[in-house]
Amino acid sequence: MMPLLSLSWLVPLAGALMLLLIGNADGRRDGLIRWLSLGVALAPFAVTLALWAGFDATSAEFQFVERYPWIPAFGIHYFVGVDGISLLLVVLTGFLTPIALLSSWGSIDRKVKEFSVFMLALEAAMIGVFVSLDLFLFYVFWDAMLVPMYFLIGIWGYDQRIYAAIKFMLYTMAGSVLMLIAILGLAYLYSAATGTYTFDLLKLYTLDIAPQTQMWFFLAFTVAFAIKVPLFPFHTWLPDAHVEAPTAGSVILAGVLLKMGTYGLLRFSFPLFPQAAAYFAPWLALLAVIGIIYGALVAMVQPDMKKLVAYSSVSHLGFVVLGICAMNVQGVQGAIYQMLAHGVSTGGLFLLVGTLSDRRHTRLIGEFGGLKDVMPRFTAAFTIITLASIGLPGLNGFVGEFLIMLGAFRWDPRFASAAGLGVILSAVYMLWMFQRVFYGPVTHEENATLPDLRPREWAGVLPLCAMALVMGIFPTLFLKPMEASVDALVQRVRATQTLQANTR
Amino acid sequence: MFDSSLDAVVPMLCVALAALAVTGAEAFRAHDENMPVGGLGIVGLTGAAVSSVLLWNRNATSFGVIVADNFGLFVTVVLVIVGVLTIMFSSPVVRRDGLPKGEYYALVLFALVGMIMMATANDLLVVFIALEILSLAVYVLTGIRRDDPRATEAAFKYFLLGAFSSAFFLYGIAFTYGLSGSTRLDRIGVYLAAQSMSDNPLILVAIGLLLVGFAFKISAVPFHMWTPDAYQGAPAVVTGFMSTGVKAAAFAAFTRVFLSALEPFSADWAPIVWLLAAATMILGTVVGVAQTNLKRMLAYSSIAHGGYLLVGLVAANQVGKAAILFYLLAYAVTNLAAFGVIALLGARDDANDELRDYTGLWHTRPAVAALMTVCLLSLGGLPPTAGFIGKWYVFSAAVSAGYYGLAIIGVLTSVVSVFFYLRVVVMMYMADRGPALAVPARVSGVGMAALVASIVVIFYLGILPTLALDLAAASIATIF
Repeated sequence: MMPLLSLSWLVPLAGALMLLLIGNADGRRDGLIRWLSLGVALAPFAVTLALWAGFDATSAEFQFVERYPWIPAFGIHYFVGVDGISLLLVVLTGFLTPIALLSSWGSIDRKVKEFSVFMLALEAAMIGVFVSLDLFLFYVFWDAMLVPMYFLIGIWGYDQRIYAAIKFMLYTMAGSVLMLIAILGLAYLYSAATGTYTFDLLKLYTLDIAPQTQMWFFLAFTVAFAIKVPLFPFHTWLPDAHVEAPTAGSVILAGVLLKMGTYGLLRFSFPLFPQAAAYFAPWLALLAVIGIIYGALVAMVQPDMKKLVAYSSVSHLGFVVLGICAMNVQGVQGAIYQMLAHGVSTGGLFLLVGTLSDRRHTRLIGEFGGLKDVMPRFTAAFTIITLASIGLPGLNGFVGEFLIMLGAFRWDPRFASAAGLGVILSAVYMLWMFQRVFYGPVTHEENATLPDLRPREWAGVLPLCAMALVMGIFPTLFLKPMEASVDALVQRVRATQTLQANTR
Repeated sequence: MFDSSLDAVVPMLCVALAALAVTGAEAFRAHDENMPVGGLGIVGLTGAAVSSVLLWNRNATSFGVIVADNFGLFVTVVLVIVGVLTIMFSSPVVRRDGLPKGEYYALVLFALVGMIMMATANDLLVVFIALEILSLAVYVLTGIRRDDPRATEAAFKYFLLGAFSSAFFLYGIAFTYGLSGSTRLDRIGVYLAAQSMSDNPLILVAIGLLLVGFAFKISAVPFHMWTPDAYQGAPAVVTGFMSTGVKAAAFAAFTRVFLSALEPFSADWAPIVWLLAAATMILGTVVGVAQTNLKRMLAYSSIAHGGYLLVGLVAANQVGKAAILFYLLAYAVTNLAAFGVIALLGARDDANDELRDYTGLWHTRPAVAALMTVCLLSLGGLPPTAGFIGKWYVFSAAVSAGYYGLAIIGVLTSVVSVFFYLRVVVMMYMADRGPALAVPARVSGVGMAALVASIVVIFYLGILPTLALDLAAASIATIF
């Protein structure tokens, strides 16, 4: 069998290294490099689709597993595999990267080679994060991912790019180094119990950790993930990074990077430290609900479209965290579904806002108005994505939010009802922005002659719109593969919680 | 091949012979004759490397005071790498700045002799002699540009404070000798352990004095005052040499003395070293943030790295000892390469070592900027580089010894340090093009080769560290 998982991150990495070898000092080969990088990015997408096709949805086990010793002295393995939780996130990464690359063709016109190299390296690291089952390997990808993103924001971003890039890097690192200590602590605990070091996640799952220690380790892991999500009050890096990043960077940031945080909660924080998770879950959920409402309120008053979308992410990811905290099948399935849906719809929003700002070099809502008649096709696409983001039934956002609310209600109706307010608010800020940008008279003369979507832009927008529809109409297609794994996860966390509660 | 009792000194001897050959060549050359004396140094260092490999696992001892155990040999190989890279970076610098070629290379090689001796010494007096050999050579190297007032000042300051620290160290030796009747490390350990000296205050005085001496050499806070000035004043390549070579040698001796002879008293000295480590990491990074001169910034950075090494010393377990060795290797290659970049980009009249000089380097010298970025990321401890594995190793030592607090200080300061390493990256890649660096028309081929080799090693150690990790673990297995 082909080592599909290794291919999925090695192909973009190899592509990035290959692009480095092409001489392009004067920008003469920009066109070649653009096509080449798009081709390279489509290859891992094909690989991720092959993963999906070959995935056995009835099994909760990790599949496509590859395991080789890497640093035997510490029991570190190159150990990768996917289950229903990570599979679709990998597919999402493969899906969004070519779209993001395509979107950069109109806006990135200097140092195209380096841009493509960083984008592909970023993709490799992101896929690596989702497929790693060895904590060391995971941490390597987790940290390595920061470097290309830092360069993408810092070199090709907007005015405040340097500030935003450094803030992004330092915030994320500050969280992840504490996780590093906790990872080392876990490995040490394991060696104290069994005599050998290991960073193998599956072995560490079986480790029995004292409740007091669980608390600390849970906090160390969760703060790292909460910063990434970002959970209120760790979210302040996000508006800067999202707004200052180039469009392609924002698409990836919102589409994939944020999901690493929620994925980490699901994969590491909750199953590794179930008892601490039970203790902290209400607090996390409280922060999540605050984030949902706070993000929505702040989004409402933003004059800048990109910033509005950025804050809407804080709100939407709050739903995801709420679903995870509920830790029942509906909640977790909804959370994963919402992760995917948010990747598609918010990725799409950043793409469309980027398209607009490429044309007008401004993203202020007040600078627009009446675009409906000027750019009808653009307006149609924007409508679909906006409604998807709000969570209109029949589009992708609805399924996730509905399941999360269901799960949250079964767990604690108070959180569910507070989060319900967020659903309403999201309709308010999205539709209000939509109205101000697209309806009314054309207030600025420059806007009267804006060109509609070009074929290349369609190539990026169309798959996203289609995906929003498919995910809304055929949710089973996506819920099926994750079902077994989610069941197993919820059972494991719950069982350990009751077991430990009984023995105490 | 190695049967006599001189086996253990062979690596040192190779370098010493090369140094003498360089001195001789300098003395007898015609006035305008240009001899490739740097090459002689490389030959000698290669001899040292080969003999170290042959001596591996043999535990050879010469005169009872020089031991070529695996620990010493590992450090010797690190020092050989430092030496080779230094010579390669030096060759364009010596020509450009018009440094006295013969003297320069001879001093570098003599310093290396002292360093190797220090790493393999098993007797406090030999450690002291080694310390003096390397120190004297490095004092002169610091001030080798006599036309530069900064360098002269730096050399003088370094000399004065270094002399002080030597006195402390010697005084510590005297106390130790007075208590145990020997200067041999193995005998001191046995004797002190047998006598249950732990309630004797004099042993604490002895330990304290030795500690001060070592702390000066590894520039641990609060004994670091000389470091920023000396590092900034010296030519960049010399700074790279001393910030890696001297530190490696001093740490080897420090580890040997404190983790073998004085191991029984670790309850007494561990809390102090804990404080030194924490203060060194914190001050090195926090003050580093405020620097605008790249050399000075890297000076503070290397102070901070001394702190990380001290963490391994505090942990004092098997993991910690091996971690020190691996970290020394990773740090030496990375730091030397970073200073190599500064050296290669300098000019005779303008060191080009202000942070703003690097504005837009990406556009003028993309390859150098990329290599520098890798060095900086490795210093900051980001994967997949050598620096990441080094930090991982050191902190896992701390965690497995239960020093969670120290590990947390360590990782948090390394985040702060990333901030100032990134400032350089920001300058090179992101800042708007200001007054461009007066880049030399051509970056020397030898220098670039050394840089590329360093980067290859950095990635190799970062991605496939197994070989180096195993060697480091094997090195400490024999003696401690």
